[in-house]
Amino acid sequence: MGAQMRVYRQRIRSVQATKKITRAMELIAASRVVKARQRVAESGPYTHALTTALSALATYSNEEHPLTSEPEVVRRAAVLIISSDRGLAGGYSSSVIKESEQLIQRLHDEGKEVVVYLAGRKVISFYQFRHREFAAEWSGFSDAPQFSHAQEIGERIMRDFDTHYDEGGHDEVHIVYTRFKSMVTQEPRVLRLVPMEVVEEADGATVKDSDAVLPLYSFEPSLEEVLDQLLPQYITHRIYTCLLGAAASELAARQRAMKSATDNADALIKTYTRLANQARQAEITQEISEIVGGADALASA
Amino acid sequence: MSQLQVELVAADRRVWEGEASSVRCRTTAGELGVLPGHTPLLGILVSGDVVIHAADGDRRATVGNGFLSVDHDRVTIVADTVDVADSGR
Repeated sequence: MGAQMRVYRQRIRSVQATKKITRAMELIAASRVVKARQRVAESGPYTHALTTALSALATYSNEEHPLTSEPEVVRRAAVLIISSDRGLAGGYSSSVIKESEQLIQRLHDEGKEVVVYLAGRKVISFYQFRHREFAAEWSGFSDAPQFSHAQEIGERIMRDFDTHYDEGGHDEVHIVYTRFKSMVTQEPRVLRLVPMEVVEEADGATVKDSDAVLPLYSFEPSLEEVLDQLLPQYITHRIYTCLLGAAASELAARQRAMKSATDNADALIKTYTRLANQARQAEITQEISEIVGGADALASA
Repeated sequence: MSQLQVELVAADRRVWEGEASSVRCRTTAGELGVLPGHTPLLGILVSGDVVIHAADGDRRATVGNGFLSVDHDRVTIVADTVDVADSGR
């Protein structure tokens, strides 16, 4: 076997091994994305119940709650960036990071200080590598977030929100995450969490009966206390739905990236097989011409 | 007698849905029982047990922080965490 052919064979083998891996990852992502989308759908009833209750509250109350009213001056803004823990998902993490960079730039231009909260190993290493500061980080759950993770993040962010500016508190909160539109489109999005507009269309869940007349609720123990309890719950839930959407997007992005990697591996194997065949043919041709040349030389001697 | 339409919802799933004759739970103001025809109410739940007297037996669940909304015989119990202690079948 010629040296050239050996090199091609080796390459074909290594590409085949890579293809097996990418193919497996594609299948795993495909099966997980179904689960992730199901979980997005399962969080729908809660979103609906919470939104209905809050719309009722918003209708009856003229309360100025710190979570809903615009602060007169925003000096510091918090940004929560949700990315993935692992790579090999195409442009998933980098497009979230790019979107967040734009947001941070815009906030800086508006004269606000920015504190960042990071979720997902990819964005954490992005910040650590550049020696940038961040307030807190969470990782290890990007493809299957639990409600407790959202609670943890929500508690931390709300605690800092309640802190005074001079002690490091912030006046508004933004989330950068990836919205799951369909299996083929996921778009990075910025959502302003606090101060919030309560009545808005939630991701993945259509708010039914929004035209229906809201019941004349009595509140127990009191309207203010109900509001105090519900708003943080709503925020935690918003973070949770963002995490779920991001997880579904990550898996869909990974599935697509791995599919094209598998296709590319196929194309490479084809090319290398052609080249290897060509090399083999060239070798045979050369051998024949050597034999014929040798015979000729003997005959003419 | 009319029945209550009860929905028990956790943050990550709908736990139970169905008809019931009454619901008992704990709010910040104390123990609360809901029968059909109850006035519209929005109450804060404290961690504790919720008992639903469903048509096919009692259902008990332990809920975390949440709230309860009653409106036109439709009861929605919403909590961060719901543990179904005993299906009561």
